[in-house]
Amino acid sequence: MPADDRVPARSRADAAAKAGRLGRRGFLAAGAGVAAAALSGRAAQATTDNKYGPPHIPDWTKTLGPGVGDKPYGAPSPHEKQIIRRTVDWLTATKESSVSFTPIAEQLGIITPSGLHFERHHAGIADIDPKAHRLVVHGMVEREMIFTMDDIRRFPSASVVRFIECPANGGMEWRGAQLERCQYVRGMVSCSEWTGVPLRTLLRETGVKAGAKWMLAEGADAAAMTRSVPIQKALDDAMLCYGQNGEAIRPEQGYPLRLLLPGWEGNMSVKWLRRLEFGDQPWHTREETSKYTDLMPDGRSRQFTWFMEANSVVTFPSPERPLDGKGFYEMTGFAWSGLGRVRRVDVSIDGGRNWSPARLHDPIYAKALTRWSLPFRWNGEPLLVMSRAQDDTGYVQPSIAELRKVRGVNSIYHNNSMLTWHVKAGGEVENVQLK
Amino acid sequence: MSSSNSVRRYCGGALAGVLALAAAGAAFAPAPLGLGRLVTKEELKGWDIDVRPDGHGLPPGRGSVKEGEALYQERCASCHGEFGEGKDRWPALIAGSGKLTDDDPKRGVGNYWPYATTLFDYIKRAMPFGNAQSMSDNEVYAITAYVLHLNDALKADAVLDGPALLKIKLSNAGNFTPDPRPDVKSPLCMKDCKDKVEIHSEARKIAVTPGDERGKKDEKKPRMD
Repeated sequence: MPADDRVPARSRADAAAKAGRLGRRGFLAAGAGVAAAALSGRAAQATTDNKYGPPHIPDWTKTLGPGVGDKPYGAPSPHEKQIIRRTVDWLTATKESSVSFTPIAEQLGIITPSGLHFERHHAGIADIDPKAHRLVVHGMVEREMIFTMDDIRRFPSASVVRFIECPANGGMEWRGAQLERCQYVRGMVSCSEWTGVPLRTLLRETGVKAGAKWMLAEGADAAAMTRSVPIQKALDDAMLCYGQNGEAIRPEQGYPLRLLLPGWEGNMSVKWLRRLEFGDQPWHTREETSKYTDLMPDGRSRQFTWFMEANSVVTFPSPERPLDGKGFYEMTGFAWSGLGRVRRVDVSIDGGRNWSPARLHDPIYAKALTRWSLPFRWNGEPLLVMSRAQDDTGYVQPSIAELRKVRGVNSIYHNNSMLTWHVKAGGEVENVQLK
Repeated sequence: MSSSNSVRRYCGGALAGVLALAAAGAAFAPAPLGLGRLVTKEELKGWDIDVRPDGHGLPPGRGSVKEGEALYQERCASCHGEFGEGKDRWPALIAGSGKLTDDDPKRGVGNYWPYATTLFDYIKRAMPFGNAQSMSDNEVYAITAYVLHLNDALKADAVLDGPALLKIKLSNAGNFTPDPRPDVKSPLCMKDCKDKVEIHSEARKIAVTPGDERGKKDEKKPRMD
């Protein structure tokens, strides 16, 4: 029964419950037999091995901790030190032109902490003095102008919550399941609150000539990263950003100024932005010809594949976060779309045979990570867990088999297919692909 | 009271002015805020380095394949290889005899890049890696000429300048297509969506995840550069 997306969520949940996938309380039950936990047995176990738990009094209850100002700029608890960006060394020749991945499996809300935002640099992190930084706007404009950071911060500003995603997110998985962390297979996406100047506001100062159809954006890094942007996007929701999650943009994210093109390939949101040139045609830069073009099985390549299609990930359970025995869990994850808001997320535990709708968590912003969850009870049987996003254009996230059928395996970019986590009987989770 | 009134008047006046401009609706009204200044020609000269396939931005200058070979061996070969074959995981500049329809094909300048001008633009802005924007335009022409020669797009005795660069046609130029997405339409099925579920591949068996000591080196691994 293909579900009609006009059917209200409640009716869909009822239908799924009748199909036997959801318990009466809206739980996703993994198989039959929702066994009551042996609570008394657990209680007996609890007191034996924790010398800091009750009835003991731990040191942190007896002694003073550090005072205020001990850490003028705070950091996560040392107990969270494994939650870090990671790299795949064999992926690139050098760390300066490479990528690090956000630990998306452990992300607890829609905002990625700035220090965990994935990185993609093409020539390392530019170390820029904001007093010396300049933005030049020229070409097919009425007035060719130059702006200081102080100028830019005086403009009327705006803040938006938006994801940035590298189009190579999932790019290692075209031929098959390859990497054993959620972080490596979906961690080239992060989401921040970005603050800055809508580009169209700044362009009122320079004017734009009638024949201008394209804008070249250029970075001040040692790659002088450049991409051609169609004028429609520049005048729609493009922003010049100097703020990220309440503070100045991090050096890794383009300090002191980056372009933001919401929903589009991350590399187009040019970091360390120094120049915007307007023209009547695209520049066909290296990063939109040799790279970031999608090679198809017929030998031709798609060019200017700008938007990021709907995507989702199950963050728990996941390879980094196995299940610990039978019983209740809340399955969690994220969904996002470069074309608008996430309309719904469905979850399957049987490899896509049957699906149940997940609950979307507020806030739900367009072109931002959206959090979702689904309570379930695990009976210890192996599962094939998948999530599937639909955005408000009606687009449904595809399977890798569907993508491969059309695009082959050489296109590197824009693999937004559903992931499959194989939950084994012991609770460990492996990355697999289905036929 | 009077000072608060004057503040209100002042703010109200400023606000009204801005609103009036916004209300005028002219997206590109004459400089309404007065922020920034005109950029000088001298300032622009240093930063306006882009080169387009129609020749926009192409500077004067020239360089020969022969000059380019010497410069290339000195400044480029340590990463890209003596013949552009690419060392380790550094980008190859030539594709050899491979076709783009092959499995995991090489994408060199000659068989993949649509425009020779992009090569000039990129070398000028970003090469050599780690010492960008250090070369004269003549040197950039010379190295561009040599890389084009490695890709059979320029003869060994050629000298390259702007007009000559614009005449070079690369074979893949007509093979780029606009974005057809959404190109896959998946059903929103909820129940009994498949007859059987079969595993296609398991990451565990590839054993290339960092920290996995089994570490098979897979030549099919994708690359980013």
